[in-house]
Amino acid sequence: MFRIERVEALSSNIYLMDVYAPRIAKNALPGQFLIVRVDEDGERVPLTICDYDAEAGTVQIVFQTVGAESYRMAQLKVGDSFADFVGPLGRPSDLCEMPLEELKKMKLCFIAGGVGTAPVYAQLKWLKNQGVTADCIQGARSKDILIMEDEMAAVSNLYICTDDGSYGINGNVCVALQKLYDEGKRYDRVIAIGPMIMMKFVCQLTKELEIPTIVSMNPIMVDGTGMCGACRLMVGGEVKFACVDGPEFDGHKVDFPQAMQRMALYKTEEGRLYLEAKEGASHHGGCGSCN
Amino acid sequence: MAMDMMKKVPVREQDPQVRAHNFEEVCLGYNKEEAEAEALRCLSCKNPRCVEGCPVSINIPGFINKVKEGDVAGAYAVISESSALPAICGRVCPQESQCEGKCVRGIKGESVSIGKLERYVADTAREMGIKPQGASEKKGKKVAVIGSGPSGLTCAGDLAKMGYDVKIFEALHKAGGVLVYGIPEFRLPKKAVVQKEIENVQALGVEIETDCVIGKSTTIDALMEEEGYDAVFVGSGAGLPKFMNIPGEQALGVFSANEYLTRSNLMGAFSEKSRTPIMRAKKAVIVGGGNVAMDAARTALRLGAEVHVVYRRSEAELPARAEEVHHAKEEGIIFDLLTNPVEIHADEKGWVKGITCIRMELGEPDASGRRRPVEVPGSEFDIECDCVIMSLGTSPNPLISSTTKGLETNRRRCIVADEGTGQTSKKGVFAGGDAVTGAATVILAMGAGKAAAKGIDEYLSSGN
Ligand SMILES: Cc1cc2nc3c(=O)[nH]c(=O)nc-3n(C[C@H](O)[C@H](O)[C@H](O)COP(=O)(O)OP(=O)(O)OC[C@H]3O[C@@H](n4cnc5c(N)ncnc54)[C@H](O)[C@@H]3O)c2cc1C
Ligand SMILES: Cc1cc2nc3c(=O)[nH]c(=O)nc-3n(C[C@H](O)[C@H](O)[C@H](O)COP(=O)(O)OP(=O)(O)OC[C@H]3O[C@@H](n4cnc5c(N)ncnc54)[C@H](O)[C@@H]3O)c2cc1C
Ligand code: FES
Repeated sequence: MFRIERVEALSSNIYLMDVYAPRIAKNALPGQFLIVRVDEDGERVPLTICDYDAEAGTVQIVFQTVGAESYRMAQLKVGDSFADFVGPLGRPSDLCEMPLEELKKMKLCFIAGGVGTAPVYAQLKWLKNQGVTADCIQGARSKDILIMEDEMAAVSNLYICTDDGSYGINGNVCVALQKLYDEGKRYDRVIAIGPMIMMKFVCQLTKELEIPTIVSMNPIMVDGTGMCGACRLMVGGEVKFACVDGPEFDGHKVDFPQAMQRMALYKTEEGRLYLEAKEGASHHGGCGSCN
Repeated sequence: MAMDMMKKVPVREQDPQVRAHNFEEVCLGYNKEEAEAEALRCLSCKNPRCVEGCPVSINIPGFINKVKEGDVAGAYAVISESSALPAICGRVCPQESQCEGKCVRGIKGESVSIGKLERYVADTAREMGIKPQGASEKKGKKVAVIGSGPSGLTCAGDLAKMGYDVKIFEALHKAGGVLVYGIPEFRLPKKAVVQKEIENVQALGVEIETDCVIGKSTTIDALMEEEGYDAVFVGSGAGLPKFMNIPGEQALGVFSANEYLTRSNLMGAFSEKSRTPIMRAKKAVIVGGGNVAMDAARTALRLGAEVHVVYRRSEAELPARAEEVHHAKEEGIIFDLLTNPVEIHADEKGWVKGITCIRMELGEPDASGRRRPVEVPGSEFDIECDCVIMSLGTSPNPLISSTTKGLETNRRRCIVADEGTGQTSKKGVFAGGDAVTGAATVILAMGAGKAAAKGIDEYLSSGN
C-alpha cells in the first residue's frame, strides 16, 4: 500500500500530497507521471510527478479537484493509503538528457498555469540542482488562487501574472511572455505546462516569436504503458501515444483542436459520477446537470 | 441415458436472448452425469492423436479414463502433470484446431468434447478444494518473473514447485494478463476461475508485486544486480494495439479493442458500480475477425449496441475460435464479411457518425496460405454507426527490450528466445509467450512458460 505522509491544501481546490512509493522515488525524473487509484473501485488517474525524495522514498503529487476521483482523493488524510500508485511513466523531459554544458548555455523560459505549476516546479528544481536558473512565468486567474509562490521563487527568476491584475503583471501568461520579449528577453526554448487552452495560446504566440516550445499533454489515459491507445494524439501529422511517446511534445506540432475535442469523450458519464461523489446517495438526478 | 455415440453430449448454455443482456458465463459446463457420458465416447486410442494436437501434450485419454471411473482427483492429477491452468484452457483453447481437431471420433461424427471435460475436471477439483503441491525443499535461489499472464503464471508456478523463490512483477493493478484485462467475464469468470488459479500459484509460495512496470519502476539489470535475482523470465505479452491509419481514426467513439475491453474487464466498467466510464454505443462496428474482435463485439452487444463485425476475408478464414463465432451469431451479431473499412466519418463535434467500407473478393493465396482479399473497385458503401472498435492485432511492447542491455529483438519487436529453453541473448534472462511469438494463444504461452521454467532450472543448477 502507498501511504500518504503529508497533505496540504494549496488553495481551495488544489492539494499537495507526499506519498510513500520507493520504486518511483528512486527512478523518477522531471517530466514523468504516475497513475493512482484511490481504492479497489477507483479509476486510474494520471498525475505528474512534482517532486521525489529517493532517500525518504516519497513522491509528491499536486492535484486539482475537477471530478469524481480527484474529489475522492482530496478526502484522504495522512496515514491513509492509495490502493495503487504506479510509475514513473512516460519519458522524462528532454532537458534531463542534454549534456550539462549545452544545458547551461540555454536560455529557458517556463510557463506555468494553474495546477501545472507543480510539474514546472519539479523541472526548475532539477535544473537548479544542476546549477541552471531558468526564467519562469507563473499565471493564475487571480492572486488568491496563486500556489507555491515561495517555492517557485526559490528555484527560478519568477514573473507572476494574474488575469485580473490583482498581482504581478496584469494579464495572462501570453501577455507576460510578450512583455518580456518586448523588453528584449530572448529564449532558446519555452516549456509550457498548464491547461490545454493555455498551452495552445502559448504555442500560437511562440510560433510568431519563433521560439521552440515544449508542452506537456494530458489526454485521457487508461493503462499508461502504451497498451490501450486512449491517449493517442496527432503530433506533426503522426499518431503518438502520450503515455509512452510523451507526455512532453513539440508544441508547434500538436493538433490542439483535436486533442481538446478528445477530452470530451466521457464528459456526461464523468459528470454523473462527480455529482454522486459529492452528494452521495442523496443524488437522484432530475436537475439536468448530470446528463 | 440414451445417446447417439456419434454426437457430443450437448453442453448447457445460457439462452442467447437472455445472455445478450448480461455478463454471466455463457457456457454452463457439464455436470457429473453429462461428463461421464461424454467420457464414455472416448475410444482410448493406443496412439492418441489428440495428445499430438495438444501444445503441452496433456495425457488426454489418461484423464478421460479417470473421469469414466468417477475419479476427478485422479483426472486432475493427470492434467496437472502438463498444465497449470486447466480451468482456463478448458474454456479458451481453440480445441477444434488442436486436440479435438485430431480426435478419431471426429472422422465420422463429432469429436469427443475434450475441452468441456477438461473444464469439468478443473472446476470440480476446485470445488473439492484440491490444490497443487508446493516444494518440500528450497533451493535458495531467486527468480523474477515479469508479467502475470499465462506464461508468467505457469513459469512461476513450475519454478516454485521446484523450490525456487519466485516473485512476479506486474505492471497493472491486477494479476492475470489478458485473462483479466482482455477476455470478458461471460467467457472466463474472473473471481470464480481466474482469481482461483492465481491463488493456486500464490499458494505454492509465489509472491506477486502489482503496480511495477519493468523498464520504468525498475529494470531487469537492477533486479539482477541490486535485488539479487539469479534469473529472470520475461512474459510481458503483446499488448500494443494496431490501428488502420485510415482517415477519421482520431474521432470520438473510435477505440482500440484493448481500450474497450480493458475498461470493461479490468476496470469493471460494464457494471453500473464502476467508477471507470465506457461508451455505451447505439450501433458499433468492430473491425477484425479474431477472438479479440468477437470479445469486443459481444461486450458492445451486452452494453446495448447493435453490432456489426467487419472482416476483410470470408467466414472460413475467421481466426476466432469456432465456438465464439457461433455464440456471437446466436446472440444476434451481424457479420459483414469480405468487407474492409476505408474511412471513418465524424460529425461537427468530432463524434463518429459512420464508416465507409469497400467490398473485397478472395484472390490468390498469400504467404499465410489463405486467399488474399482484394478490393472490388467502386463497391464502397456506408454504415451508419456511433462507435468503431479496431481489433487488428497487437505487437509486443518495447518498454522492456529498450531498457535492457543486450536483449535481442527481431523485426517485429518480439524478443528472440530459444524455443526449447526460453534462453534469450542475455545471460540469465529467459522469455516466452506472446512477447516472443507475437499474439498467439493461452496454451502456447503456458507451454513456453513451462519450457522456460525447465530452462531456468537447468541454468541455475549448472551455472551456465
Ligand atoms: C500525463 C498527465 C498528467 C497529469 N497531471 C496532473 C497533475 O499533476 N495535477 C492534476 O490536477 N491533474 C493532472 N492531470 C489531469 C488529471 O488526470 C485529471 O484531472 C483527472 O483524471 C480527473 O479525474 P476526475 O475523476 O477527478 O475527473 P473526471 O470526472 O474524470 O473529469 C472531470 C473533468 O475534468 C476533465 N478531465 C478529465 N481527464 C482530464 C485530464 N486528463 N486532463 C485534464 N482534464 C481532464 C474532464 O473533461 C471533465 O470535464 C494529468 C493528466 C495526464 C494525462
Ligand atoms: C481479447 C482477447 C481474447 C483472447 N482470446 C483467446 C482465446 O479465446 N483463446 C486463446 O487461447 N487465446 C486467446 N487470446 C490470446 C491469449 O490471451 C494470449 O496469447 C496470452 O494471454 C498470452 O499470454 P502471455 O503470458 O504471453 O501474455 P499476457 O497475457 O499478455 O500477459 C502479459 C502481462 O505482462 C504485463 N506486462 C507487460 N509489460 C510489462 C512490464 N514492462 N512490466 C511488468 N509487467 C508487464 C502485462 O500487464 C500483462 O499482465 C486472447 C487475447 C485477447 C487480447
Ligand atoms: S494510456 Fe493506454 S496507451 Fe497510453
